[in-house]
Amino acid sequence: MSTIEQTTPTVDAKNANEILKDSLAGTVELTGSQAVLEALIAEGVDTVFGYPGGAIMPIYDALYDYNDRLKHILVRHEQGGIHAGQGYARSSGKVGVVFATSGPGATNLVTGLADAMIDSTPLVCVTGQVFAHLLGTDAFQETDVINITTPVTKWNYQVTDANEIPHVLAKAFYIAGTGRPGPVLIDITKNAQIQKIDYKGYEKCTHIRSYRPKPIVRKSYVEDAAKMINEAKKPFVLFGQGVILGKAEKEFKAFIEKGGLPAAWTLLGLSALPTDHPLNVGMLGMHGNYGPNVLTNECDVLIAVGMRFDDRVTGRLDKYAKQAKVIHLDIDPAEIDKNVKADVPVWGDCKETLPLLTKLIQEKQHTEWLAKFNEFTRQENEVVIQHELHPTTDELTMGEVINLLNELTNGDAIIVTDVGQHQMVACRYAKFNQSKSNVTSGGLGTMGFGLPAAIGAKFGAPERTVIAVIGDGGFQMTLQELGTIMQTGLDVKILILNNRFLGMVRQWQQLFNDKRYSFVDIESPDYVQLVKAYGIEGNRINERSAIKTALQTMLNHKGSYLLEVMVGKENNVFPMVPQGCSVSEIRLK
Amino acid sequence: MKLEYTITVYTENQVGLLNRIAIIFSRRKINVESLNVSPSEVEGIHRFTIVINETEEVVRKLCRQIERQVEVLKAYYNTNEEIIWQEMALYKVPTDEVAEKMKVERLLREHGARAVVIRKDYTIFETTGQREETDKLVKVLEPFGLIEFVRSARVAIIKASKGFHEKLKEFEIQEPSEELAENEFLDQGQGVFTM
Repeated sequence: MSTIEQTTPTVDAKNANEILKDSLAGTVELTGSQAVLEALIAEGVDTVFGYPGGAIMPIYDALYDYNDRLKHILVRHEQGGIHAGQGYARSSGKVGVVFATSGPGATNLVTGLADAMIDSTPLVCVTGQVFAHLLGTDAFQETDVINITTPVTKWNYQVTDANEIPHVLAKAFYIAGTGRPGPVLIDITKNAQIQKIDYKGYEKCTHIRSYRPKPIVRKSYVEDAAKMINEAKKPFVLFGQGVILGKAEKEFKAFIEKGGLPAAWTLLGLSALPTDHPLNVGMLGMHGNYGPNVLTNECDVLIAVGMRFDDRVTGRLDKYAKQAKVIHLDIDPAEIDKNVKADVPVWGDCKETLPLLTKLIQEKQHTEWLAKFNEFTRQENEVVIQHELHPTTDELTMGEVINLLNELTNGDAIIVTDVGQHQMVACRYAKFNQSKSNVTSGGLGTMGFGLPAAIGAKFGAPERTVIAVIGDGGFQMTLQELGTIMQTGLDVKILILNNRFLGMVRQWQQLFNDKRYSFVDIESPDYVQLVKAYGIEGNRINERSAIKTALQTMLNHKGSYLLEVMVGKENNVFPMVPQGCSVSEIRLK
Repeated sequence: MKLEYTITVYTENQVGLLNRIAIIFSRRKINVESLNVSPSEVEGIHRFTIVINETEEVVRKLCRQIERQVEVLKAYYNTNEEIIWQEMALYKVPTDEVAEKMKVERLLREHGARAVVIRKDYTIFETTGQREETDKLVKVLEPFGLIEFVRSARVAIIKASKGFHEKLKEFEIQEPSEELAENEFLDQGQGVFTM
């Protein structure tokens, strides 16, 4: 620090950190709001999804001057904003950033926070809050945001003094993006946004003593795991989003290739390994593939990588892989032994543990064992897949649409799905060549996720084709975000698979409630007319012969486009592991 | 088998952390029998003492969920045999009853109690001990018109603990790990937990 008295420079629309370099004073006067935006720039944030309001006005006022360095996307609802943030994070691998005002603005974030929490998506949400002196007085648009969001955030913090802002935001980005990622919410009172501080520059957070995001890898566990894999006759790998979040796709591929290990994915692990990889044996879980489910109960060593044994994956737990020794690789120690007891826990970042394991395992090919998966695939193909992808009935199937979409995209597009039957079908049949291509709401199953997440995914990966596959139910939950598409001129393809039912619930009512279709009959507006009002082109088809051309037209179209395909009303998603059943009791019809 | 477990949590001193820890129990509909928050042997580090009735498996998972919280340093769980624990109780009784009918001296001796306040209208006794002991004095004082009774949360010392860092070694066995390196981050910065 200089001892010479300097007039503290003030900032207008310039980078404070740049000014600081030339300043002799060592500080520059900033408002809390400016400090927030400086933090975002220092963290490499390029896009913010948000919605202004009273208590966050000072930040938006500052944003006016930062417009050239921070792209702000005005959404139509805060839930749309946070889902867009999630889509951005999932397609880019970066931290998504969301702004919302106090009260209803903040409470509208809650669904997205819960979704990001359970699906481990890194987010930093900044909410405005009433003046500190009004806290607890039931002031206008005051809600106890910190306590409302505590169960659905990895960390949250309320700032009432602007001097804390640089440090707290650095901590927020560090916590959101490291270890097992998750959403962080920073609630900033209005006085702190206005308050002027002597800004000393931004320092990224690299260490918090009570937080250890990267466990030290214990070699002996890796050795035990390798020994177990080497002795295995029927090893089976399950992989989840941990592979993608750990940016360990290459390491994972090397691992299974060396060991000749058949690998199946969870819903969120999808796209971590190319679909057509010979060791990719398919999808796990309730609507997963036949082989991976049945053979879970036949393998001798189960190797779980970055997945959490969700109940939709395991089915009935007391009949899950009881014959197998379990190796569990995870970065979060709370996941180990949570649902399935691990014989060998390998606690660590799979980017580190997988190469160590690969080094120690023998090069093998489990040809016979792999053939077993293929045999199950053949059976599933005969009973389910053929009829789904190449139906002979009049009614269109969701599967045939996805199948034709694969042909046209060659598996290079990002597929964003909503929640329900179309989600299961899209994930089952969509082809992926590269990672971070599947964006879906897994753990929380948030209907309405699809459209805003697709918007975010496009901003996160602008060079890629983004296709939102959405059902007629979920689309109606967040279709206000068509306005965001309109205003930003974004290029997102929207593929509505319309069965005029809340299909997944209807399927359950058919199978388990004697076809008592209770409030699943849902009507839709004319979507083509609707998007037209937003200046988006669209088309509706109900003929098999028209599918391919219509998809091609959608993909060729410059800008956003909606294609609605009318599919069979009462088609079911199979195979299915009925709730309460073991994975080996999976039904093909 | 459900047992009484005492969970000891070392944390940073942070607003809102109490809620973060409390909801880990309430989310699973687990009743907290007793909760105490106090300073610990390490300056600036808080120590939560939580008592619940649960199976060991549940308690172990709860501790891992607690440790997952950013501002939690470490959580331990112990059975009653593994800890020394005490609770303090206060009893308010009418002074005239006490003076006329009670053999105060014997009472104090037998229950390790002492009189904290003696006024014309009431007297307050205090005793420290385990649940049965403090309960026993309630029974004794009830016939004399016990006006108020209050008992504190449990405070506990882990017998095997040689301070925070020593206990870490033991706990390490239950973690998927062998080495003690996990503690290394704690060494940095403030140099508090050197091993």
